[in-house]
Amino acid sequence: MLFGLTMQFSIIGAGVAGLCVATEMMARGAKVELVDNAATPGPHACSWWAGGMLAPWCERESAEEPVLRLGQESFGWWSSHVPVTRAGTLVIALDRDKRELDRFARRTEGFQTLDGSGVEALEPDLAGRFDRALYFKDEAHLSPRDALQRLSDQLAAKGVTVGNAGTPDVDVIDCRGLSARDDLKDLRGVKGEMLIIRCPDVTLSRPVRLLHPRIPLYIVPRGDGVYMLGATMIESGERSRITARSLLEMLSAAYALHPAFAEAEVLEIGVDARPAFPDNLPRIRRNGKTTWVNGLFRHGFLLAPAMARMTADFLLEGKKPEVMDENHS
Amino acid sequence: MASFYGTELTSPLMLGTALYPSPAIMAEAFKASGAGVATVSLRRESGADRAGQDFWSLVSDFGVPVLPNTAGCHTVKEAVTTAQMAREVFGTPWIKLEVIGHTDTLQPDVFGLVEAAKILTEDGFEVFPYTTEDLIVAERLLHAGCKVLMPWGAPIGSGLGLNNLHGLRTMRAQFPDVPMVIDAGIGLPSHAAQAMEMGFDAVLLNTAVAKAGDPVAMARAFGLAVEAGQAAYDADPMEPRDMASPSTPLIGKAFLE
Repeated sequence: MLFGLTMQFSIIGAGVAGLCVATEMMARGAKVELVDNAATPGPHACSWWAGGMLAPWCERESAEEPVLRLGQESFGWWSSHVPVTRAGTLVIALDRDKRELDRFARRTEGFQTLDGSGVEALEPDLAGRFDRALYFKDEAHLSPRDALQRLSDQLAAKGVTVGNAGTPDVDVIDCRGLSARDDLKDLRGVKGEMLIIRCPDVTLSRPVRLLHPRIPLYIVPRGDGVYMLGATMIESGERSRITARSLLEMLSAAYALHPAFAEAEVLEIGVDARPAFPDNLPRIRRNGKTTWVNGLFRHGFLLAPAMARMTADFLLEGKKPEVMDENHS
Repeated sequence: MASFYGTELTSPLMLGTALYPSPAIMAEAFKASGAGVATVSLRRESGADRAGQDFWSLVSDFGVPVLPNTAGCHTVKEAVTTAQMAREVFGTPWIKLEVIGHTDTLQPDVFGLVEAAKILTEDGFEVFPYTTEDLIVAERLLHAGCKVLMPWGAPIGSGLGLNNLHGLRTMRAQFPDVPMVIDAGIGLPSHAAQAMEMGFDAVLLNTAVAKAGDPVAMARAFGLAVEAGQAAYDADPMEPRDMASPSTPLIGKAFLE
């Protein structure tokens, strides 16, 4: 803000991290530009393939504490920019895996335990299939592609379009995800595979997680009988190719959830790798005129609002983010 | 401590690297456990273009011998191909050979196991075969060139402990000079200690640590358990007996009631 000039930033990467950072920085008075090879949100960003679940309590089962706390910022932030459905999450297990439900309950909080009639009241199509479930009523979900497009449109309406190259000598916010491996040596890819299916025979109103010791599945309703099935977690940086095994496991799990999924039409198969640091927690790093925002792992939509807020706190107000560490690059 | 294909381990605990909440927690768990071997399962898809290299580098940094495995392979051909890929990726002749015969119980296909062990041994591998407590299969594996045996405690991931104590005891007695590892089914540190007390040379586990609420604390517990079990075995435990035996002699007491 020297000499009364507005601070200007070039944000590289227009996935969920870049778009949230751009939106937040704009809202707080900075001038931003977006740099990405693609002009609009699309399959080149791994957030295109996301589940779009805002599920900090469920994620706490395997994630560290900051995910639970920071993730709760996502409800308010997303609701003020895009449509969000706050209908909770239902967690269930097949009879033979009942103990997985006990384990999940021990590791999490913020749920109520439902019996069969409770399950039926929430999801009538699952009536008689599950006699016990955990219901995380405060969780929410959104449609990732719709959300990315809306943020992009809202920015465009304020004059921020996506260009191929940034203005030279401007401070850079690098939100390139796994592509930033050239700078961030401890970043790794965790492969995820997902399916989009259409199955009008089954109606689900909220994300359902089916616990299983080997292949936990979640299914997120996208509306109009369309569902997203996800997602595998494989320690691999590969960003293409689904194996028959993964496909089979996801579809079998969906079939176990409800046999009518056998009739579903497979609309899309998605594969990408999530950017992650060794503790699977996100980072903000600074070196010279570049600030990296990365490592959102499987929590892109959940953590991007908090990451955007902390990036703005840091760059506009000088507050050191709790997710900032020494630069390892 | 027994040596495995000429390598002496710093600890008889062989710890797996799958299913942890994060690689950072896995690294801490390894440190806390003092494990002497890290086992890694190789997915063929990750091996293809070394797409899993980042993760494998983390494991190599633990500074203990790496034992790659053929987890999830259902045929001899699949297991042999995966073993060859693992040798290339990790630069070790060691391979934990798994040929799964049944999807639900993950019980080893012992016929395929013997066949694959023979092929791999002839190809220069040092095979750690995941087998049952069957003595004849064990003999066939030794004939095929294996110099280590890895009988199961219970089905993979079940955490049931040592299901067939008599069978395992007999196996230990039958092959006193073969280094033997209890692999699979270990759920609690007491199971691991029990295996060591019985004279097994090492235990291999993964889920019991990785899926614990606090993997690092559980890893430490397992490290202590194998140490205790080993020390107990070395100390030559007393023989159990059916009748009570007073620890204070009766003769010489002033009054007998």
